[in-house]
Amino acid sequence: MMEIFGVPLPVLWAQLLLGLVNGSFYAMMSLGLAIIFGLLNVINLSHGALYMLGAFFTWMGLNYLGLNYWAMLVLAPLAVALVGVVVERTMLRHLYRLDHMYGLLFMIGLSHFLEGLMRSFYGVSGKSYSAPAALSGATDLGFMIMPNYRGWVVAASLAMCLLTWFVIERTRLGAYLRAGTENPKLVEAFGINVPRMVTLTYGFGVALAGLAGVLAAPVVQVTPMMGANLIVVVFAVVVIGGLNSILGAIVAGLVLGVVESLAGVYYPEASATVVFVIMAIVLMLRPAGLFGREA
Amino acid sequence: MSRIPHALAPAAALAIAAGCAAPALAQYSDDAVRIGFVTDISGTYSDNDGQGGVEAIKMAIEDFGGTVNGKKIEYMYADHLNKVDLAASTSREWFDRRGMDMLVGGANSGVGLALAKLSADKKKPFFAVTAATARLTNEECTPYTVHYAYDTVSVARGTAGAIVDEGGKTWAFLTADYAFGASLQDEATKVVEAKGGKVLAAIKHPMGTSQNFSTLLLQAQASRAQILALATNGEDLINAVKSANEFGVSRTMKMAAVLTHITEVHALGLEQTQGMYLTDGWYWDQSEASREWSKRFFEKRKKMPTSMQAADYSSVLTYLKAVQAAGTDDGDAVMKQLKSTRIHDMYTDDGFIRADGRMVYDMFLRQVKSPQESKYPWDYYKTVRAIPGDEAFTTRAETKCSLWK
Amino acid sequence: MRAATVVNRRNGYLLAAALLLAAPLVFYPLLLTKVYCFALFACAFNLLIGFAGLVSFGHAAFFGGAGYVGGYALATLGWPVELALAAGTLTGAAMGYVVGLLAIRRKGVYFSMVTLALAQMCYFFYLQAPFTGGEDGLQGIPRGRLLGLVDLSDDLVLYYAVLAIVAAGYALIVRTIHSPFGQVLKAIRENEARAVSLGYDVARYKLLAFVLSTALTGLAGATKALALGFATLTDAHWAMSGMVILMTLIGGMGTFVGPVVGAFVILLLESKLDEIGDFLAELTGIDWFHAFGTSVTMVLGLVFMVCVLAFRRGLVGEWIRWRARPRGKAAGAAAAGGAAGAGNG
Repeated sequence: MMEIFGVPLPVLWAQLLLGLVNGSFYAMMSLGLAIIFGLLNVINLSHGALYMLGAFFTWMGLNYLGLNYWAMLVLAPLAVALVGVVVERTMLRHLYRLDHMYGLLFMIGLSHFLEGLMRSFYGVSGKSYSAPAALSGATDLGFMIMPNYRGWVVAASLAMCLLTWFVIERTRLGAYLRAGTENPKLVEAFGINVPRMVTLTYGFGVALAGLAGVLAAPVVQVTPMMGANLIVVVFAVVVIGGLNSILGAIVAGLVLGVVESLAGVYYPEASATVVFVIMAIVLMLRPAGLFGREA
Repeated sequence: MSRIPHALAPAAALAIAAGCAAPALAQYSDDAVRIGFVTDISGTYSDNDGQGGVEAIKMAIEDFGGTVNGKKIEYMYADHLNKVDLAASTSREWFDRRGMDMLVGGANSGVGLALAKLSADKKKPFFAVTAATARLTNEECTPYTVHYAYDTVSVARGTAGAIVDEGGKTWAFLTADYAFGASLQDEATKVVEAKGGKVLAAIKHPMGTSQNFSTLLLQAQASRAQILALATNGEDLINAVKSANEFGVSRTMKMAAVLTHITEVHALGLEQTQGMYLTDGWYWDQSEASREWSKRFFEKRKKMPTSMQAADYSSVLTYLKAVQAAGTDDGDAVMKQLKSTRIHDMYTDDGFIRADGRMVYDMFLRQVKSPQESKYPWDYYKTVRAIPGDEAFTTRAETKCSLWK
Repeated sequence: MRAATVVNRRNGYLLAAALLLAAPLVFYPLLLTKVYCFALFACAFNLLIGFAGLVSFGHAAFFGGAGYVGGYALATLGWPVELALAAGTLTGAAMGYVVGLLAIRRKGVYFSMVTLALAQMCYFFYLQAPFTGGEDGLQGIPRGRLLGLVDLSDDLVLYYAVLAIVAAGYALIVRTIHSPFGQVLKAIRENEARAVSLGYDVARYKLLAFVLSTALTGLAGATKALALGFATLTDAHWAMSGMVILMTLIGGMGTFVGPVVGAFVILLLESKLDEIGDFLAELTGIDWFHAFGTSVTMVLGLVFMVCVLAFRRGLVGEWIRWRARPRGKAAGAAAAGGAAGAGNG
């Protein structure tokens, strides 16, 4: 049995680039989680299941309604947001005043329920979804062949992250949201409908997960369990970046994507655990995360 | 303070449980032959075995006539959720309380091993169908285990040997990083090297890698091997194939899935899997008999059966035939009968059960057709070559089973 | 304590003891044995979550780890039963000490996250380590003789042995909570800042509670490996951590008997769900219930959600509240006193 030792430079570049691709994906998923935690103080463990729903909606859109990828890019996140809003309005809202543990447990239950539901309809092997014609094919970058679709994923994710960061940090709406976290009563006194803001924020956060699902559909098989594997890693990413920090989520996502792919080169067996080791270290040294503030 | 002790709560719970557990008090009777089936109905193996397996066994009982030697055949099945605890306690209860005479089970190796031990304790036949570990007929062999369908040795040897014979000399492995993947890789490597091939790369991936196969696949491609052997299964296998297509790896290397099922090929589609090699003991379209049975299965389940589900059917049919010939459902007598008859049904033309419990039959190296070659739905495979049973499975010289030395 | 309460409690325990001793006549002993192991696990977990207020998301690591160690001691090293169980308990305690040291420094959700991260690392270790048997697990763990005298290969004898072990664990938990140590834990849970200002070394108390919890979890894990004869990855997976939380929640957090009830209910749901589904289908005439058997995760998910939203006190918690509801003035005063007693007993 032979192993590859001493990685040649072109291969290393390729791995780094791929790490960035995966990382931008993590960044967008973590962003949704960070927004929801930062503004609602709820750890949205059902993020993985909602990501899975986004991917399934994309597939359903094509196969049941004949809607193409570009349409679903807009519609699927909206559909997921709708699901999120309904859940928040009817159920989640009652848990805010309680210990955060209940929110966590509720989310676990919700994800089991959604996964079980999709499994009973679509089975475990899932469905295949191909990239749209405009994005298929690959470009020869010299040191590697980069599928065009993956390039699109990086661009879309980073654009979305930037847009979100801008809205939250630089616009008035964002200012309301941030104020709402710090002192909801005061913000309400100013006449702003805080509960509605909360609902919309949750909807937006899960829409990001849904968008990630649409982006992922051509890359991975659309299966009911696709979110379950991802959520634990994304979770670790958010903790490392800072549970309530948007910048932290983006940076940590990118960095960890690269770290994971480097681990894949030098010590692939560890690529699953390396994220948890880092998470444990960060939690012990700087529990608020690299960029977070201990709320 | 109330007069009723508050420990009444657990008593009440017990009472409620009694109502639900009433079936556990069913009378034991010897006027029936009882077959039990424990598998994964709602988890990772639900497509390959699952409810389809449940139905396949029902078909076997119906086809046999519903009775054997005048005794009625009873059938019970349960979902073990991939938990060894649940599989073992359910099966044990069936043995002790419901008079189960034979157990069919599997889905994961941990379950298979536990059930084999249990059945040996109870002196009843156990047919391991979906569990892949070859330990069932080696270190953990018992006089009551029959390992049907495939095991890690046969798929690895079959695939490796046949492909090297077809010209695939240089190999790169993408292996699931746990015992199952490791044993597939080891067995395949032995054969490749014995036949003069070379293994240029062996890359392990953690379970549940999903989208990060890209980095690992590029490494495999960099090795310039002809064959990309995927020593992994389930969702990981599906995602690896998808990524291989995406990154063009499937164009420069021939993919060989050491262990796959038709459900996975169906989920991926022919576009992505065309040309891929795989080893299987049974394919729905392989013979007139298998076609006929599969069409009946399709009517119930709306999908073509996997080789697992066909094996479930065949194993129960084989058992019932043995009971009929032996004239009793006594475990020892039936095992003796099973090991002295040959199996000839829609599953295999000429199979037999060895002293170590291994069901030996010919396996086949198949290749996935291209979309153009496929003429009708589910027309996915073409057969490349047959792998005789004595080459695919563990030989007497290598066996670690004391029953067969 | 009032005499009536004492007598009542004694009657309660006697009744429970009688039921538990007689149970094998009615129920399948091995199923009950399995339930008791999980009941001890849930009670140990409840010690931490219900009484100390610490939410650990990684208790499966201790449960599974102790199962492996105990099982290995029994199967490969050939140790006597008592030593193997002790080894399992010690494993739980030792692991708990290390994890506790690392996790206790953080509060709230961060504490939970540390426990989850460390448990995940343990899981991957168990997956790779040769002595655990990987995904095949440790199989064929022998039952042996307890204390060299009692042959455990008979299911009935095993039942009583496990019952004794679990009852001892349960008694230890009750004793701990009623002790001064338990009172301090309660104080910490209710107002940590005040406990600190009163001069208690809060971190040390939390750590002690954590280690006690994980030690008993270890005992539960080792006992289960002994009783069922195998130790597998399922026991160390984070889904098992979630399971024990659900058991405690549905039974009643912060009560004594709650986790036991919860363990019973969840395990029953797991193994009899298709029969329950069929029963409900007959009862209501709704055909969809027949599909219960094929979607256990979906049903459990639903149960989780419903519990968290509407049923947070759990079965026993709701029972206690119902018993303690005011019934007129005189009864109201007695009930109020009783509620305090019931809440503690």
